[in-house]
Amino acid sequence: MSFWEYANPVKFMGLSGRLIPVLSVLTALCLAVGILWGFFGTPDDYKQGSTVKIIFLHVPSAMIAINAWIMMMITSLVWLIRRHHVSALAAKAAAPIGLTMTLIALGTGAIWGKPMWGTYWAWDPRLTSFMILAVFYLGYIALWNAIEDTDVAADLTSILCMVGSVFALLSRYAVNFWNQGLHQGASLSLDKEEHVDNAFYFPLLVCIAGFVLLFVILVLIRTRTEIRLRRAASLQARNT
Amino acid sequence: MLALFTRDLKLAFRSGGGFGLALAFFLIVVMFVPFGVGSDLTLLARIAPGILWIGALLACLLSLDRIFQLDHEDGTLDVLATSPLPLSGITAAKATAHWVTTGLPLTLAAIPLGYLLNLPEPAYIWLFASLAIGTPALSFIGAFGAAVTVGIKRGGLLLSLLVLPLYIPTLIFGAVSVTKSVDGLNPLPSLILLAGLTLFSVVLMPFASALALKANLN
Amino acid sequence: MTIKATNICCSRGPRQVLQDVCFSLTSGDCLILRGPNGVGKSTLLRVLAGLSQQSSGTLELDHEEIAYSGHLDAVKFQLTIAENLSFWAGVYGTDTTAQVIAHFGLNDLADRYAANLSAGQKRRLGLARMTLSNRKIWLMDEPTTSLDAEHTGLIAQSISDHCFAGGIAVLSTHLDLDIPSAKTLDLLQFIPTKDTNTSIFLQGSF
Repeated sequence: MSFWEYANPVKFMGLSGRLIPVLSVLTALCLAVGILWGFFGTPDDYKQGSTVKIIFLHVPSAMIAINAWIMMMITSLVWLIRRHHVSALAAKAAAPIGLTMTLIALGTGAIWGKPMWGTYWAWDPRLTSFMILAVFYLGYIALWNAIEDTDVAADLTSILCMVGSVFALLSRYAVNFWNQGLHQGASLSLDKEEHVDNAFYFPLLVCIAGFVLLFVILVLIRTRTEIRLRRAASLQARNT
Repeated sequence: MLALFTRDLKLAFRSGGGFGLALAFFLIVVMFVPFGVGSDLTLLARIAPGILWIGALLACLLSLDRIFQLDHEDGTLDVLATSPLPLSGITAAKATAHWVTTGLPLTLAAIPLGYLLNLPEPAYIWLFASLAIGTPALSFIGAFGAAVTVGIKRGGLLLSLLVLPLYIPTLIFGAVSVTKSVDGLNPLPSLILLAGLTLFSVVLMPFASALALKANLN
Repeated sequence: MTIKATNICCSRGPRQVLQDVCFSLTSGDCLILRGPNGVGKSTLLRVLAGLSQQSSGTLELDHEEIAYSGHLDAVKFQLTIAENLSFWAGVYGTDTTAQVIAHFGLNDLADRYAANLSAGQKRRLGLARMTLSNRKIWLMDEPTTSLDAEHTGLIAQSISDHCFAGGIAVLSTHLDLDIPSAKTLDLLQFIPTKDTNTSIFLQGSF
């Protein structure tokens, strides 16, 4: 039994169909426990008050935003090398979720930033990088929608994803460079690890687990939809 | 490949489209800046490096879709793909021709346009150097975007959406090197990074473009 | 010099158009593909040219010997005829532009911009490009569209000459061309039957 057998639509549909109910329960449990614990079971920060609790949405969504792209990169590579359709469709399915997570991270960051730094937005390297990530997601999704032939679309979006990954990484370093270059030492530090206490750390872990599970089931559901769409298109092509 | 390069140059000069339009667009962008932000010379001097780089970048973007679109429409691309030339060589030749007809004139035009924006004296050499070094990257990255969107009708807007994010590092390294020279700092590190980025693009992007073209011809 | 196609299946988008196409050709052969519009003549020619990939089956031919002409002319309007041809000579690494221009009676037109050519003259230019390429396998998609009897005769003559000189030609056309060595292949016989669609998305139940 090889892992690659799940690239077959029938196998994938069977396994994912069994997984989704289990994962849904786990997701709901993790998110409920994590968020309730985080919001009501942790003390207020001595400096930031209760504002700090947005961390329980901000950090997990930001992690998923980046890791969704990495997942797309891997599945795109699998499509380019091994031509497994399910892999390409999984990448397509993950993109809007990744974009949403990026926007959630930017939004919660803005809400958090207002009381902390007195502004919703600053051209800090991290914020800027996330905005750039959102633009990469947009381009990727737009390219999928613009091409009718699905195999060609899968090829082109995969190539774009590979090239985009390289340039997204370059942009990340360039943005760091640019910020130092323009305002020496004046950048805001966003490093959360400094002020995360154990009281916050464990509920945060539960929230992260909840977001990861949420991402996985959303990708599974959307991939199943894409597979059914492809089946419908194939049936239509056969019967005309 | 040389034949393709010289043919593309000839076509660009004869049809007048890509060549003159980009320059005119660059001039208009620069002209619009004082209209938008006022004619205060010290303010203009401060934003001049960024405006000139963004203007050149947008002007370059304007003619990208012509790199492959015209050859795709009249069937030339199909014949070229079955010819002895490798697809990566085809894209490299076309990107080079695009640079000669767009990037190079823009680099030269940036000097007088910099004067219009009151760019400080020591920055001119760095403006010229950064554009001369950076615009090849714009052409080669842009050729990749053009290769991806070649099969899409009216794909111009999509092309911009795909290519502009890829231009971010080039813009940053290019504009920062000019800004630093204005501020009296050493612009050399960013210029070296820009050169590295250009080398990277020139060497590797033709292969990515070739992959995209192959998928599109299918 | 041979072409051998075994059980070639090809598809256009999600749709399979041809199934189990088999033929083999050797030097001097000319194959005329026939069938109604949409049957897959262009698709098969693109697969032979290596532009598209067959979904299954094996194809043996030397890609280094292919000269392809699609249903578009691949002519640049802003260039003269001589410039168009010398560009292709540069691409194919040959230097017989002058002879080819003379052979196709294009001498008087050589310095004219291709924008001013008639459809027949453009096709003649395309044919000149095929000859210029100095390649053995000609793949031509509808070379006779919008041509009068005289130009059709010219095309048939050129293809005959090419095959006589040891080349191979595969073309699609609706006309009866006067090519002695021509065999015809009716693509209607390769239309896939309904239940043979091999799309991975149609297998199993879910």
